[in-house]
Order: sequence, then C-alpha cells, then structure tokens
Amino acid sequence: MESGIFRRNLVIGAVLALIFLLAAIVSFFWTPYDVTQLDIANKLKKPGSQYWFGTDHFGRDIFSMIMVGARTSIAVAIVAVGIGLTVGVPLGLAAAAWRHSLLDELIMRSNDLVFAFPALLIAIMITAVFGPGAVNAIIAIGIFNIPVFARLTRGAALSLWTRDFILAARTAGKNAFRISVEHILPNIVNLLIVQGTIQFSLGILAEAGLSYVGLGAQPPIPSWGRMLAESQTMISFAPHLALFPGFAIVLTVLGLNLFGDGLRDYFDPRLRQQSR
Amino acid sequence: MSLRKLLLPLLIAAASTTHAAKTDLVLGMQLEPPNLDPTGGAAAAIDEVVYANIFEGLTRFASDGSVQPALAKSWEISDDGLTYTFTLNTGVKFHDGSDFDAQDVKFSLDRARAETSTNAQKQLFAGIENVEVSDAETVVITLAAPNGALLFNLAWGDAIMLSPDSFDKAKTDPVGTGPFTFSKWVQGDRIEIARNPDYWGEAAKLEKATFKFISEPTAAFAALMAGDVDAFPVFPAPENLPQFEADPRFQVVVGSTEGETILSTNNKQPPFDNKLVRQALAHAIDRKAIVDGAMFGYGTPIGTHFAPHHPAYVDLTGNSAYDPEKAKALLKEAGFEEGFTTTLKLPPPSYARRGGEIIAAQLREVGITTEISNLEWAQWLEQVFRGKDYGLTIVSHTEPMDIGIYAKADYYFQYDNPDLQSLMSDLESITDPAMRTQSLQKAQQIISDDYVNGYLFQLAKTGVANADIVGLWENSPTQANDLTAVYWK
Repeated sequence: MESGIFRRNLVIGAVLALIFLLAAIVSFFWTPYDVTQLDIANKLKKPGSQYWFGTDHFGRDIFSMIMVGARTSIAVAIVAVGIGLTVGVPLGLAAAAWRHSLLDELIMRSNDLVFAFPALLIAIMITAVFGPGAVNAIIAIGIFNIPVFARLTRGAALSLWTRDFILAARTAGKNAFRISVEHILPNIVNLLIVQGTIQFSLGILAEAGLSYVGLGAQPPIPSWGRMLAESQTMISFAPHLALFPGFAIVLTVLGLNLFGDGLRDYFDPRLRQQSR
Repeated sequence: MSLRKLLLPLLIAAASTTHAAKTDLVLGMQLEPPNLDPTGGAAAAIDEVVYANIFEGLTRFASDGSVQPALAKSWEISDDGLTYTFTLNTGVKFHDGSDFDAQDVKFSLDRARAETSTNAQKQLFAGIENVEVSDAETVVITLAAPNGALLFNLAWGDAIMLSPDSFDKAKTDPVGTGPFTFSKWVQGDRIEIARNPDYWGEAAKLEKATFKFISEPTAAFAALMAGDVDAFPVFPAPENLPQFEADPRFQVVVGSTEGETILSTNNKQPPFDNKLVRQALAHAIDRKAIVDGAMFGYGTPIGTHFAPHHPAYVDLTGNSAYDPEKAKALLKEAGFEEGFTTTLKLPPPSYARRGGEIIAAQLREVGITTEISNLEWAQWLEQVFRGKDYGLTIVSHTEPMDIGIYAKADYYFQYDNPDLQSLMSDLESITDPAMRTQSLQKAQQIISDDYVNGYLFQLAKTGVANADIVGLWENSPTQANDLTAVYWK
C-alpha cells in the first residue's frame, strides 16, 4: 500500500523532471520563436494560439524562453552538482579513511566553515567579486555543494569502516585508498544519487534566486529567475509574465524532490521492510 | 433618544475634521542623495531635495525653465556686458538666524570658483574675474569677457548661497535661506524638512514635507497605492502609468525633462575612434522600438544632444535614421564586415537596463556583439564615468543646456574636436540671443554629424501624485522638486 505511494512519488517526480529535461534538450534544435529576437510591436500579448504562453515586454515568446531557460537552469545545476560530487566525495572518503587524523580535522573543519555561510550568501559574494554571469553562478553554487557531499560521504563511509567485509579487505592487504574506492564507494552510491537529486533541485532554485537579483546568466540568455524579476512591475496587468516562469521553477523543483524521495525509499531496504 | 440621533453630530464632526486640507506631504524619489551640499557633488538627487526648498541662489529657475530673481531682487548690466550689479533682497536670514548679505554672496562665489573648489560645475563660474561687495545689499560681479549665460549659470543648484559660518555642515545639516528648514535625515529611508516661519518671501503652504527614498519600482508602486507616498515626481516604471491614470485617486502628469538619454560611446576606444563605426551604430538603432519597448512610449526621439522643447533645438533625427542595411555597409567600409564585440555597461534605471537589451538586439542585427554587464551606480561612476573603461553605455544627461560637455576632451566619452571647443568657448561671450541660438544650432549639427554618441530620446518626466495635490512642477527644467507652491485641495 504505502510502497505504492513511494512508487507514485518516483513516477510523478520523474515525469515532471523529464518534461523540463526534454524541453531543455529540444530547445537546442527548435523553439517556436527566436528568443534573442525582440518584437516590440507584439509585446505583452496574452497566451493564445499564436503565442502559447504569451509574449513578454519585448515581444519575446514566453514559451520559447521557458524552454531555453530550462537549459540554463539545468546546465547550471548539473555542473554545480558535478563540482560538489567530484570534490566533495573524495574529500569525504579521505576524511573517513584517515578518521580522527589531522587531515580529517582539516577537511571537516574547512567544510564547516563553508557550511556556516548560507548558500545563497556565498553565491552572492562570489558573483559580487568576480562579476555576474552563468559561469560564476555555477562555481558559486558548486562550492556550496562541496561540504554537503563531503559530510554525507564521510558519515556513511565511517559506518562502513567498522563492518566485517572491510576488515576482511584490510586483512587481505588492501590499503585505505583501495578500500575506499573498491568497497566503500560502491556501497554509498545510492545515497549519493539521492542526495545528488536533492542538490540538483536546490541548484535550480539557487540559480533562479541568483538571476532574480541579477547575478545569474546575463541577457540575452533567458533565465527563469530574471524573467520573474522583470515581470514584477507588470504583474498587475500582465500576470502571465510571472506565472509561467514561476510554475516552471515550482514544478521542476517539486518534480526533482519527489523523484529524490522516491529514489531514497526505493534504495533504502530498511524503509521498505518497515512499510511491509 | 435613538442611537442614531446621538451619533449623527459625532459623525458630522468627524467628517468635517477629515475634510481639513492636509499640510504635510510625502514625496517619493528613487535615488537617495549622497550628501546635501549642492556645491559639493554632482548627484542630481542633492538638488532634487534642497534646490529652492532649503537653498537659494541669486537667481533661480522657475517651473517653466525661465531665469527669475531670487536672493537678488534686481540687477543692472553695464553697457560693455562686463559688470553685473546685483541688488539683494533685504531682511533675508539664514536658518540659523544670521543675516544674509553681500558678504555671503562674495564668500559663496569666491569659494565656488576658487582653485581648490570641489564644485561639480566649476565652469559655471569660469568667466567671473572679481566679486566685490559695495554695500550690504549690493554686489558687483566683474567678468573677463561678456557672458550671455551668467544669470542662467547663477540659477544652478551649484551656485546657491552658503554662509561662512555654516557652509562646512552643508553635507549633513544644511543651513540655507529657503522656505523650508532641514529637520532630519534618516539614512537609507527619508529626509524631513519643515516650513521656515521666518522666510523672507512668500511662505510655503506646506508645514512639513518628507522625501522618501524607494529604489525598487515595485515598492514605489505599492507605496503610492497604499498612500504611504503622496507623490512620485519621476515614477520609475512607465509601464504602471496607465494603471494610475485609470485610478481616480491619482493624477498622472507627463512633462519634459532636460534628460538627453544617449548611447554614450567611448570615442577613444577602437573601433569607436573610427567615425564610420559610430555612424553605423547610429543607423543600427531603432529609436521608436527603444521608446516603446523601454519607456512604454514615453519619451521624444532626439538626433543630437539638445532638449526638443528648447527654442534652439534642431531636429536631426533624420541624420541617423534607422537603416540596418546602411549600418552594415558602413561597417564593411570601415573594415568590420564580420562585425566586432564590445562592452555595454548599464546603470540601474530601467531606461538603461531595458534600453540596453533592445540596443543589444538591434546591434546584433548588423553583426555587432555586445557583452552586457549591469552595474550599480557606484560601479558605473567608477568604471565608466571616471575610469572610461567601457565601449558603450546608456545614460540620461539631466543637466539643463549641457551641450558644453562636448567641449571637454577628457569627459567620459572622450570626444576631442577643436572646432567644437572653440565654438563653445566663443559662445560664452555672445550675449545676442539670435546669435547664441545660431551657435547652439551649429554645435548640435557638429556633434550629430560626428556621430559622437547614439542619440536616443529625451526622458519624459512621468509624475504620479495624489489627485488632491496642487502645485508640483509639470516639467523638470532643472533637477529640483520645488515644494514652495505645493498644497492640498
């Protein structure tokens, strides 16, 4: 019964996320209109058959902008999570392998330092120093992902290090590096995938937040957050300007979270056992 | 006795008290001034708070842009045009109680034109050779050469009168002679002023006024709708004006400003040092799309750096008519058939941010790629205005009659043309109105023919106010919010 709910989360989440992923991929080859082409004469058109989601204050097609905006969001989030994984996971593995050593302390305390700042604050700080733009947004969001993965990896790895099969591997003469790569890592992949999905949705939210305050992708590259920011003064007479990018952000984040939850329940055998 | 009979007189009393006209006003402004001394800073927001309210000069601008007597009640000009004898108003006191007299005039003008002066418009005083006190009510200004613009120059906010006792406090605690006295400044929020009971002229009608600083257009909209702000003389979001127009609680007055909005071009930075490239830029720009797209139709296209409502204006928009094909041909002739990449640095106002996106799209059509970066005002002043580190930028020059900036070779657009420089320096000594007009028109033609900058449109003054407010300026002949004549119906 309840495992049905888990399955439903997984499916709904996957469908929502896939819709936006597809939109992003298709936008490379085709959009209904060119998003860099302004058409002032057709500005602020209501949604209809000609423009499915209407046009913005420059006469750009909002449907096309949502498609290309999905590309911006997803690209930023993927690379940011990638940075978090590639830097955070090895750090976490190393900290667990040489636990309670100086190295462990060094890694985890510098993680705490980064973690202590609210993520968006770090992002604003970085973009303020190095200038606004998609690349700096990626780096900013990526940096705040590092401690998340490092911590998760260390915690999970620590509990594995006490297990018998690791002891067996040690007696077989494997060093800490090989054990980490060959035994620890494969056993925490599920965990990382679930966390990766959650971080991915947070990355999309962070990108939207950064471009909302003007620190994300710069014009003319469409981005959902900037579309929202620009719609503000027009919301009372052209609400479609805010509604569509708003829905895009909500549905993507919701989809990814549901998907992540579903995955966690699917991967976690204990939870599945309990629910039976 | 019924309850109704008991309440009726109370209701009538309540109704009649609420009908009494209000005597205070909250005025919204988008930018907060960095300080309150108009002789020590170029920021328009300074004058928008203090001009004609707290500080006055010998002459002043009226709401129609004409120059009127202020602290000087009259003047005589010698036949050779070199000596101006000003007769001052009597009984004028500074807000600290001290008397205003000819000594203060000499002090203020000598300070403004001194070698060490930090006045942002020092050129206004350039021709003054000597300021002499003949008696407490008479000042004689001697010029090196006749200057037809002296009375106009003295009307600027940068030429206001300060007292030697209080001039050094003007940045934070201004003491002037005006109809309002400074009350307090809550940084980041508001400045309050109050009626000066000892004003020498006709007293202000309002008892109190507050300048409230709201930078976000959405917040400005909400503040007006909620009644937290009574008037916004320059409402930052033109797209909202139709909503105010449709609402009987508000009046919308669209007037003119002295703000020439231009695509400023770094004339020393390649490829903009090539006139053909600048000409190509000019023809690549569709002004109508910019006025419609960025300003929702508010604004008058211009073809040179001059206000269209000024009698000497020449319409030169045809000189740089929208013609992308011609722009491409010019780029080819200049050796940029493949186009080029440049920077477009935009300050915060929506005319710049939105206009910038539109211009970027228009330039892309002819093969010019622009890298847009959105800057805060402080960054813009640092990088663009002072640092000259930019290719293109968009800004509105709101000072009146500021075509003289084209004669400054080190100004941020770095236009260096000796012909124009001598024309502008000759202009200073011309007093005959017809000849002045002729020179001004020639200057307009020169800068238009040289395609110094992209000339976009004259900024409109998009004023929104409570329908019961009377007496706000319809136009902005200078940077000011003169509240002297403002009252509630």
